[in-house]
Amino acid sequence: MTVRVQEAPFDPGAEISAFCSGDPGIGGVSTFIGLVRDMHEGARVDAMTLEHYPGMTERKLEEIEAEARRRWPLDRTLVIHRFGRMLPGEPIVLVAAASAHRGAAIDACTFLIDWLKTSAPFWKHEEGPDGGRWVDARESDEQARRRWL
Amino acid sequence: MKIRYFAWLRQRTGCSQEEVDPPPDVTTVAALMEWVGRRHPRFAEACAAKGVVRCAINQEYVERDATVAASDEVAFFPPVTGG
Repeated sequence: MTVRVQEAPFDPGAEISAFCSGDPGIGGVSTFIGLVRDMHEGARVDAMTLEHYPGMTERKLEEIEAEARRRWPLDRTLVIHRFGRMLPGEPIVLVAAASAHRGAAIDACTFLIDWLKTSAPFWKHEEGPDGGRWVDARESDEQARRRWL
Repeated sequence: MKIRYFAWLRQRTGCSQEEVDPPPDVTTVAALMEWVGRRHPRFAEACAAKGVVRCAINQEYVERDATVAASDEVAFFPPVTGG
């Protein structure tokens, strides 16, 4: 039941290791890690800056997490999302869901990242050889959200 | 009323937030957007050129017909692209 919005980098391995320990009732953990890519639509990406809406971001992430816990029997959830400037290869987001069995953990993890992408107020700005550009929203992300309605 | 702008709307208007006092006939998001567009011509240009603008009132997503009040925090931004 943790939501963290932070500028600092995080270590996915250490976060997942801590997430998995201390509760023998947990039988399955599913995780998603989103990374900064070095290419987008054929153009090189040198760096990415995530802007967000402080306050609303945390509120939306907590709503998404509460909705996941309402739908599945989860023992733990974790959402870490960074903002600020980051370089290709750096983690942007980590989502994890833990349950007694794999089905709920896997479905809840997918749900969390699908809903986060379309409802948490973050905006990506990429830097490349031709300067900076704002990333456009993708229809495929909206479709991914709709399958959970 | 506080208005906040994010992403390319922040860049085009040249401000991230401002305190405003719109006239009493500005009672909906749609009317507020028109009023803001007169205040920041580049806001109107950006909306026309780049298309979709989303709005939140007091940090909840709303549609164009939502009611705005003087005590509200209103935000304008493009569709979100996190994750």
